[in-house]
Parts: sequence; C-alpha cells; structure tokens
Amino acid sequence: MDKTIVKAGNLVYRRTPVMNDNVMHYCPGCGHGTVHRLIAEVIEEMDIQSETIGIAPVGCSVLIYNYLEIDMQEAAHGRAPALATAAKRLMPEKYVFTYQGDGDLAAIGTAETIHAANRGEDISVFFINNGIYGMTGGQMAPTTLPGMVSSTSPYGRDIKMMGNPLKITELVARLPGAYFVTRQAVHTPSSVRKAKKAIRRAFENQTHKKGLSLVEIVSNCNSGWKMTPVEANKWMVDNMFPFYPPGDIKLNGKLVNKEKE
Amino acid sequence: MAKVKGVIIVDKEKCKGCELCIHACPTSVISMSGEVNAKGYHFACMKNPDACTGCTNCAIVCPDGVIMVYREKKV
Repeated sequence: MDKTIVKAGNLVYRRTPVMNDNVMHYCPGCGHGTVHRLIAEVIEEMDIQSETIGIAPVGCSVLIYNYLEIDMQEAAHGRAPALATAAKRLMPEKYVFTYQGDGDLAAIGTAETIHAANRGEDISVFFINNGIYGMTGGQMAPTTLPGMVSSTSPYGRDIKMMGNPLKITELVARLPGAYFVTRQAVHTPSSVRKAKKAIRRAFENQTHKKGLSLVEIVSNCNSGWKMTPVEANKWMVDNMFPFYPPGDIKLNGKLVNKEKE
Repeated sequence: MAKVKGVIIVDKEKCKGCELCIHACPTSVISMSGEVNAKGYHFACMKNPDACTGCTNCAIVCPDGVIMVYREKKV
C-alpha cells in the first residue's frame, strides 16, 4: 500500500458526518445500513441537516435515530406517514421523511400509507422491502413472494391459503396524490448510485409541493432468508426482481407505461 | 501515462465481514483478513493494493460505511 496517497487532498470517499460513529446493530450485509448512509449523504449534499425531520418506523430500522444526526421522531407501528403529515403541516418549510420496512408500511400501516399518498402530502417515504418481517424472526409478510419460505410459511407461501403478495408501490403510484414513485435496490455499486439519485429526487420534490414521493428499495434479509449476504443478494436478483422489478413507476405525476417496453 | 492509484482504509473494528465489497471491487483488490476484530468478524483488507484505482465501489456498497477511499494520479 502506497502510504503517500493517504492525505487529505486525495480523499474521495469518507463516511458522511450526518451519520454518527455508533456501530449499527444490523446484521452483516443488511441493506438498511446502505440506505441510511444514502439518506445521510443526500442530506449532507443538499445542506438540509438542520431542516430535516425523520420519522422512524417499528422494525429493525426503529433505531435509525441512533445513527443519523438529525431530528427524528418514533411513530407507532405503521403510523409514520400520519406522523409525517402532522410534522409537515405544522412546519411546511422542513423536509420530512419516513423510513419504513415492509411489515410497517405494507401491513399494519397500509391505511396510513394509502391515505397520506392520496391526500398528496409533501413528504418523502422510503420503503425497504425484504419480503419478510425481519426483526421478529422472519415471519411471512404481505410482500412475501409466492412459494417463498418464511418461518410462518415453512413449505412456501401458498397463494390459495395465504393470499397474494401486495405490490403496494404500484398501488400508491395509481393514486392522484403521489408525484414520484420508484423502485430501486442497493446490491451493486450502480444500483446504489441510482438509488441515491432517487432519494435526492424525493427530497427535492418537497420543495415543489406537488405530492408524495415514495422510493421503494428492494433489499435483502440474509438472517431471515438464512443465507450469506452475497447469496442473499443473488437470491434477491433471481427471485425478488422478477416480481418487484426495479425502475421508475411514476415520474412527475405521470405513470411510466411499462407495457410498452 | 498517468496512472490512477487508490488506497482504501477500513475501520477494522466496525467491519462486519459481509464480503459485499469483495464482489463490488472491479480489480479484485480486497479480501478478508485472517485475523478477527474485537467482535469476532474477519475484516476487509487490501490483498492486492497495487491494483486499486480508488473507484469507491467498495465504499458505496458497504452497509456499515467503514471504508474511506483516497485516490491520486501518479505520473
């Protein structure tokens, strides 16, 4: 290693100061850490650290307020969009975002999510979808894929008995109050860069006051899926992406027509 | 010809050894150390430092943000 390169002028990447030095409690390879960092980097780049209010969910990412150096408030399970609505309406000049997992946003919080989007609240919603309830032990969630094994569907999700997976992002995209809806991932360097652009766009949309922005991040849960981080990312590409394809779903208030592709 | 050289600095105690950086590195610079940190994880280190171009791919996929990257153009 050429030690002469290590000097301040040559620094091209460092951990953003919007994140503090606490060691994250997430499992090795978990996508939550990457998304936390992307949000922190966007806040740093836009220089809105003192004007941002985050709403934490219930789930693994409940402790996001221990890692980001911004004002944060913890919501009851699934109620983050309702709390964000209150924060944004009381302080419309602030940037308000919610950070939610699929058990929080797509299960117990479905009503809050859909109504906040339908009302067209000027908030950003970051939705991390790993297809299971990660924190509580990998139980089946509304987003669990057909045939996917979880701790409460050990023989795979049987559609006849357990119902269909919920594509809540597509559902929200069809509501008139949603302005920007996209699905991203953070498993490769290029996908991380794209996800960061989407997160930045979601924050910037708050200045236009056109409606809600939702960024879904399809992520892994290597502990819940019982795989190594690298295997989990491969499994995600092979199984999650055909059902949850990454890409923009609604741009500037207009649905992106996928059938033409 | 000017060559771009890079160096990564890994925060050993915070690395959890998920190995995502190994797969993100286009020039196969990184491997896991034989040693373990205080938490018992093998941590990422530069196995092949001469090949590093400082592209930052490892740092941006690192879930724990433990990698710092330096880059310099060598003439």
